Amino acid sequence: MHDLLDALAAAWQLVLSGDPTLVAIVSLSLGISLTAVVLASILGLPLGATLAVLRFPGRNAATVVVNALMGLPPVVAGLFVYLLLSRSGPLGSLGLLFTPTAMVIAQVVLVTPIIAAVARQMLEDLWREYRDLYFLDGASRVRTVCSLLWLGRFSLLTAVLAGVGRAVAEVGAILIVGGNIAGVTRTMTTAIALETSRGDLALALGLGIILLSLILAINATAQFVRNTARRAAAI
Amino acid sequence: MTAWVRLCVASCLLLLAASAAVAQQPFITVASTTSTEESGLFGYLLPAFTKETGIQVRVVAVGTGQALKIGEHGDCDVVFVHDTAAELAFVERGFGLDRRDVMYNDFVLVGPRGDPAHVDGGKDIVVAFREIADAKAPFVARGDDSGTSKAEMRLWSEADIDPKRAEAGWYRDTGSGMGPTLNMAAAMDGYTLSDRGTWLSFKNKQNLKIVVEGDRRLFNQYGVMLVNPAKHPYVKQDLGRKFIDWLISAAGQETIAGYRIDGAQLFFPDTRGPPS
Repeated sequence: MHDLLDALAAAWQLVLSGDPTLVAIVSLSLGISLTAVVLASILGLPLGATLAVLRFPGRNAATVVVNALMGLPPVVAGLFVYLLLSRSGPLGSLGLLFTPTAMVIAQVVLVTPIIAAVARQMLEDLWREYRDLYFLDGASRVRTVCSLLWLGRFSLLTAVLAGVGRAVAEVGAILIVGGNIAGVTRTMTTAIALETSRGDLALALGLGIILLSLILAINATAQFVRNTARRAAAI
Repeated sequence: MTAWVRLCVASCLLLLAASAAVAQQPFITVASTTSTEESGLFGYLLPAFTKETGIQVRVVAVGTGQALKIGEHGDCDVVFVHDTAAELAFVERGFGLDRRDVMYNDFVLVGPRGDPAHVDGGKDIVVAFREIADAKAPFVARGDDSGTSKAEMRLWSEADIDPKRAEAGWYRDTGSGMGPTLNMAAAMDGYTLSDRGTWLSFKNKQNLKIVVEGDRRLFNQYGVMLVNPAKHPYVKQDLGRKFIDWLISAAGQETIAGYRIDGAQLFFPDTRGPPS
């Protein structure tokens, strides 16, 4: 109980002090995770829609793989990207290891399957409802996929938010490919891991409380935007 | 579908541009150990070096075993660790150059105030290890191939004990860093071997205290070396050498000696190895 109160106090103090290190860590965390989610959405949403709409050999297998990859352990994704970006690896000449870019790449690997799998499920239901209309219309496959994504845009926000949750809270992958370098690749979650190992549990939990508040704020904003947009679109 | 491809290409370019923008100030990457980072030494030492040379030092703090692996892959410029035998093997295999002794600190045996193995105040670490094994008192081990872990295993073998084959579960192999291991020792009232730096800066001591210290076998030597540029052409050898030279220069050695927590000196500069 004592530690929990200390943590709340530590969180307050950190926020009130406006510590520039904290501001840098928070901006880096959000920058990396939101960039990763945008890229993962660009990849994952069309992938999910394609799996929902198109009939092709191996579609079931592809769906199973995407669903399974939702459970990809972050450490494994991190290790995979690490070996890819290592100076001894195939992309070593880019010199990306231990940079924020490497962390974005690792998170894209983690988040894309989540967005694709959730989007596929939602769009498949939608597709069942509207399939006949599209056939009557004689729309091309590309146009069908695009228009289905547009039609489902409000519910797809949930798929994207699931991706945000995974990205912002994740530590295993970015710790490996980022290296938790102070001022360069230290994020909220890796800082929490470091403070825990230093035994400063109050500060670690304090950072955790700030992280949780940020995730809440992101979700509240998304909810607000969705409601406003839905009202404007009147559907 | 073409729009999708175009977006993918655009985002890849964006990524590359972003990473190019990061690399402004000259910097080197140093693979080092959790003990130097968690004890706060780097937070004190590196700004002094950066101020003098304008070179930023990016530290990736992992166990000694993993730090050497990062060097072997060519993913850092300098390795700064504490396992002399493994360091010499690293140089021997051609992955490192110019290994230099930088400083030492010492390990301490930490245990609960209740002291179930009755080792408190002892001066012989090997005897203390035997008594812990005899009493089957909980011992929390790193087990992560770090410098500390290897030092601990050497002490067990000097005591003629193979704790990994011991029965009754008193020996707990955690496979984690020094801090998490100390957290666990504090939680289960166990003994553990820690470097003094991490112990002094550790904030969750609870019921733990130092029970054995000062044995010569507890000296913990830190060495620094350049990753061999002949193996990995990306290694920034000029900047890396500047860092190594500074560490062993009078200015660097004085800075190391000046780092204190609550008045206690954590690291002792020594470019010729510890006193015997």
